[in-house]
Amino acid sequence: MKKIISIKKIKEFTTHKTIAISNKSIEKSSKISIFLTDISNVFLFLVKVFKNTFSREFEFKEFLKQCYQIGNKSFALISVTGTIIGLVLTIQSRPVLIKFGAVNMLPNMVSISLIREMGPVITALICAGKIGSSMGAELGSMRVTEQIDALEVSSANPIKYLIVPRVLAATLMIPLLTIYADALGLLGSWIGTNIKGDLNFVLFISQAFGKVDFMDFIPAVIKSFFFGSVIGLVGCYKGFNAGRGTESVGIAANTAVVTASFLVILVDLIAVQITDLLL
Amino acid sequence: MKKETTPQTVIEIKNLQKNFGNLKVLNDISLHLNKQENLVVLGKSGTGKSVLIKCIARLLKADSGTITILGQEVNNLKSNELNEIRKKIGFLFQSGALYDSMTVKENLEFPLRRIKKDLSDAEIDKKVQETLENVGLKDVLNKMPSELSGGMRKRISLARTIIIDPEIMLYDEPTTGLDPVTAREISELINDIQKKYKTASIIITHDMECVRIVADRIIMLKEGDVYKEGTLKEFENSKDEFINAFFQTKKQN
Repeated sequence: MKKIISIKKIKEFTTHKTIAISNKSIEKSSKISIFLTDISNVFLFLVKVFKNTFSREFEFKEFLKQCYQIGNKSFALISVTGTIIGLVLTIQSRPVLIKFGAVNMLPNMVSISLIREMGPVITALICAGKIGSSMGAELGSMRVTEQIDALEVSSANPIKYLIVPRVLAATLMIPLLTIYADALGLLGSWIGTNIKGDLNFVLFISQAFGKVDFMDFIPAVIKSFFFGSVIGLVGCYKGFNAGRGTESVGIAANTAVVTASFLVILVDLIAVQITDLLL
Repeated sequence: MKKETTPQTVIEIKNLQKNFGNLKVLNDISLHLNKQENLVVLGKSGTGKSVLIKCIARLLKADSGTITILGQEVNNLKSNELNEIRKKIGFLFQSGALYDSMTVKENLEFPLRRIKKDLSDAEIDKKVQETLENVGLKDVLNKMPSELSGGMRKRISLARTIIIDPEIMLYDEPTTGLDPVTAREISELINDIQKKYKTASIIITHDMECVRIVADRIIMLKEGDVYKEGTLKEFENSKDEFINAFFQTKKQN
């Protein structure tokens, strides 16, 4: 009798366990499949954007409008940040350089760090915040209020009409803003040098550009093109694929900023490695 | 594309199914829409009424079943063929879906410039004016959608939908969120449009007054299936509890 009970118990125990294990594995596999569908969605989105970028009937008017939105409206923010970065960099580096007796290298050091790294990355991060969030929120609310569906039923391809102009405008405008931020950073640096020292502008510029090669400049501009397209693509993807409720607009804007900022840093890392290998 | 529908039928749906993940929304829907007919689709919230018309406009892709519009099966169309079909369909969204970055005039011009590319600017202006008058609005051309009242927005989005002279109209809860007076006006407008533009319409609503004004035929959905189909009279005289729950308020009045 005892034996039979124990066998029953063992049977119950094992069936319970197997059910639990299979439930767990189902849960895990569904998580994996969600992750995989996410990746395939991103890939499909990129393919669609790419296809529509190089097809006929370019929405030139929308493109100009987006350039204005992205470029012109970030002008003030980039001006102030650019100047302050140059100024701070100069003020912070000055005492160290004085210790090494290399204070006349100051303009040169600042210009190289601005042009190579600080200008592109700071501009891209600021734009990731400003442009990424506005794209995420705008397209997200268009999705929620069915405006994207309305575009589709009026035979307007929403990818061509909404996404392509935004991504291209970001890709074009962010390098321009970067160059502008570099220039204002140098202006800030000149102001910084003159707070404690005395250096006229022409001399400052000639010192600043004394050791800057063309090859310092080009990779930085190229990588800022990538920053621009990453910011545009992430902002648009998050907004375009927003959920249905109002809260999804906030989520879209938020994740757009976080993902875009992270990807900017990641692209920067890759770009630096590539430039390092090539030059 | 093979022609499956008779000339009188503009939309024919057979065994339509649509799931979202594990959630079954449309179980097995079959229905047809005749020429110049107002078909009302009734049902509780969440029974898949909106999903049904979104499947018709191919904003959502059906899992199985066929949807034949004007003789063409929409599930297998390529994007350019789909655009051709969509030019004949007007879709009035629940929220209106006016483009809020554009003025009323730009909103109305948008589908015209894309669908009827051979129109001149003067012709477009004329058409915009004419359509606005048809929905009973004047002097709003340069306003932004955010400056308009709910009823006006509905009228503008209706104008934007009919400006392309569609053969089929799909209304997604046209009177939701409006006061009773405006709701009645919109319902009457739906009738006017049907007469003027000779459209066939599917109207999704649970506003019983709207049903009374517009319905030629009613289809009631329950849990993703067609529960009953018939005329307004048949529904009103029905002894079924589920149907009565909808028509009770009317009877009390």
